Amino acid sequence: MTLSRRSVLGTALGAGALSVLPRAGARAAGKTLTIGVCSDFSGVYSDIGGKTSVACVHQAIEDWGAAAKGYDIKVIQGDHQNKPDVGAGLARQWFDNGVDMLIDVPNSAVGLAIASVAAQKNKTYINSNSATSLLTGPKCNASTIHWTYDTYMLSHSTGGAMVAQGGKSWFFITANYAFGQLLRDQTSAVVKAAGGTVVGDVAYPFPQTTDFSSFLLQAQSSGAQVLGLANAGKDTVNSIKQAHQFGITQSGMKIAGLLIYINDVHGMGLDIAQGLVLTESFYWNLNDRTRAFTKRVLPKTPSNYPSMAQAGCYSGTLHFLKAVDAIGVDTASNGAAVVTQMKKMPTDDDAFGKCWIREDGRFMCPSFLFRVKKPGESSTPWDYYDLLHMTPADQTFAPMAGEGCPLVKS
Amino acid sequence: MVMILGKPLPLLFGQLLLGLINGSFYAMLSMGLAIIFGLLRIINFAHGAMFMVGAFVTWALFTYLHIDYWGALICAPVIVGLFGVALERTVIRRIYKLDILYGLLLTFGLAQILQGLATNYFGVSGVSYEAPHGLGGVVNLGFMYLPIYRGFVVFAALVICGATWALIECTRLGALLRAATENPALVQAFGVNVPRLLALTFGGGVALAALAGVLAAPLYSVNPGMGSDLIDTVFAVVVIGGMGSIGGAILTGFALGIIEGFTDVFYPPGSAVVVFVVMAIVLLARPAGLFGKTA
Repeated sequence: MTLSRRSVLGTALGAGALSVLPRAGARAAGKTLTIGVCSDFSGVYSDIGGKTSVACVHQAIEDWGAAAKGYDIKVIQGDHQNKPDVGAGLARQWFDNGVDMLIDVPNSAVGLAIASVAAQKNKTYINSNSATSLLTGPKCNASTIHWTYDTYMLSHSTGGAMVAQGGKSWFFITANYAFGQLLRDQTSAVVKAAGGTVVGDVAYPFPQTTDFSSFLLQAQSSGAQVLGLANAGKDTVNSIKQAHQFGITQSGMKIAGLLIYINDVHGMGLDIAQGLVLTESFYWNLNDRTRAFTKRVLPKTPSNYPSMAQAGCYSGTLHFLKAVDAIGVDTASNGAAVVTQMKKMPTDDDAFGKCWIREDGRFMCPSFLFRVKKPGESSTPWDYYDLLHMTPADQTFAPMAGEGCPLVKS
Repeated sequence: MVMILGKPLPLLFGQLLLGLINGSFYAMLSMGLAIIFGLLRIINFAHGAMFMVGAFVTWALFTYLHIDYWGALICAPVIVGLFGVALERTVIRRIYKLDILYGLLLTFGLAQILQGLATNYFGVSGVSYEAPHGLGGVVNLGFMYLPIYRGFVVFAALVICGATWALIECTRLGALLRAATENPALVQAFGVNVPRLLALTFGGGVALAALAGVLAAPLYSVNPGMGSDLIDTVFAVVVIGGMGSIGGAILTGFALGIIEGFTDVFYPPGSAVVVFVVMAIVLLARPAGLFGKTA
C-alpha cells in the first residue's frame, strides 16, 4: 500500500496539473492501459480522423473484450491543430504522464514529428493517418508502426493505373508541404518509369488555399492528359469541384486524385465524383467482415462512415491489445518490446483481414483500386465504390531494402 | 502562340479574369468592413464568420424551406443583417466608448463561437450547394472556358459595390451616416436617432458579408472555415485601401485579386503572401493607405 501511494505521489509530482493516470500502483491492482488519440479535431483533416478515429479505438477495446479480460483501458484525445510543434509537445506530455500508446495522427509533418518523440521516449506509436513513406524509410524507429497506407502505395496504385490506361503526360497540383511533395515525387517517378512525362507542376500554399482555378487553368493550358492532385481532404474536394466548373474533364483531361477518402467522395457528391479512380486499403462495403465491423462502429459515429485511416485505428488498437496481453501488461510502457511483439504476431481483424507487420514497422495489407459509382448505381447510403483491382500486400508497399530504414539489416 | 515572359497570352488573359472574380469577393467583404470601421470604429473580426453564416443560411433555405438561389440572394442578407442588428443592440453597442482593441477582441470571440458552432454541427468538410439553373454552364471564350456563374459573380459584385458606394456618398441617408460618425451629438440634436442609425449600419455591413456568402456558396464548398480563410486577406485589402475608405476598399479589392492571379502563374508558392508584401510596401510609402486620409 505504501509503495502504491508513493508511486502515485511521484507520478502526480512529475506530471504537475496534467497528470493522466496514477500508473504503477494502479496497474499492479488491475490491468490498466491508457491510449491517446492524437488527431485533427477541428481542421481540414477532422472528418478523416478526429471523432471517428476515437470511436474506432473504442470499438477495438469493446470487440477485444477488454472488460471481460480484466482490463481497464482509458482513451484520451488531443488536437494537434496540424502543427508539428503542438503535436510533438502533446505526445511528450502524454508519454511522460503514463500514456502507453499513441495512435492516428493525420498530417505527415505532425506524424514525423511525433515519431521522433516516440523513439526518444520508447513508447508505442501507431500512425494510421499520415501518408509519408518516410515513417518506414529513413525516419523509421523501433517503437513506431505505420498502419493503413502510404505515399508509395498511392502513387503506384492510382498513378500506375492511370498510366496503364494511356495517361502518359501529367500535370501536378501539389500541396506545398512534406506530404504533397513526396506524393508528387513518387508519382512522377512511377509515370516516368512507365515511359510517361511530367509537363508541369504547381505547388500551392498549404493550408490557406481555397481557390484552385488559377492552377487548374495552368494545368489546362499545359495540354497534359492527366491532372495529378497531390493533396488531400478539403483541398482535393475543392480542386475536383472547380475542375468540373472550368470544363477540365469535358476537355478530355483525366483527374488522378492521389489521395481520396470515402469521406471526400461523400462531401463532393457522386455527381462530381463519379468515375474517379482511387486507392484505399479499406472500404466498408468490401466484404462481410468489413460490413460487420462498420455495422458495429456506426452507432458511435452515425454521420461519418469510417475511412481507411479510421479503420486503421481500430485494427492497430486491437493488435496492440493482443500484443500487450501476450507479453504482460507490465511491459506495456516499453514501446520497443510491445512493437517487437506486434511484429511477431500476424494481425487478423474485420477491417483488414489477415495481415502482418514488417521489420521496418510497415503494416502489410492489400490495397484496392476503386472507381467511384455513378449516382444511379449507388443503392444504399455511402455505397460509392466499384472494385477494379486488388494488389497483394507484398506488392502494395515499397520493398524494404530500398527504403533506407536503419532497423533493417542489409 | 504569343508568349509574354514565357507564359502563353491566353493563360494570362484567363488569370486576369480569375483575378477579377477573386477580387469581387475581396471588394465586397472589404467594403462591408470599411463601412463598419468608418462609421462605427469597430474592427469587425466577425466579418468572415458572417460571410460563412450567409453561405450556410443559403444552403439551409434551400434544404429546409426549398427557397432557391434567387430567393436566398434576398433572404439570406436580410436574415444575417437582422442577426447583425441584434448583435449590435445587445453586445457591440456596449463597447463604443472603450478602446478600439476591445471591439477587435469581442468580434474575434464572436467569430470563433460562430465558426465553432458550425464546425460542431456540420463538420469541417461542410456541405455542397449547386449553382442555379441557367448559370450552371460554361462558355468558351477562346482563351479559356468561363463558368457562366463566375462571370455572373463579377457582374453582381460590380453592381453591389457601385450601389453601396452611391448610397453612402450620394444620398441623404449616406450623408446622415457620415455626419453621425463625425459628430454624433450634433446629429442627434437635429432629431436623428443616432443609435438606430449605427445599428442599421452594422446590420447593413454584415448583410453585405452575407450577400458575398450567397454568391460564394455555389463556387466553394460551404464550410465553417471559408470565412477565416479569406478574412486575413480582406483585412490587408482594407489596410492597403485606407481604413474606412469605401471607394478605396473596392478598387483595392479588385486590384489585389488581379495581382494574386498573376502571382499564381509566375510564382505559385508566393500567392498567399503577395497581398501582405504589397501591404508592407504601401504602409511604408503611405501609412494611411492608398486612399486613406492622414489624420
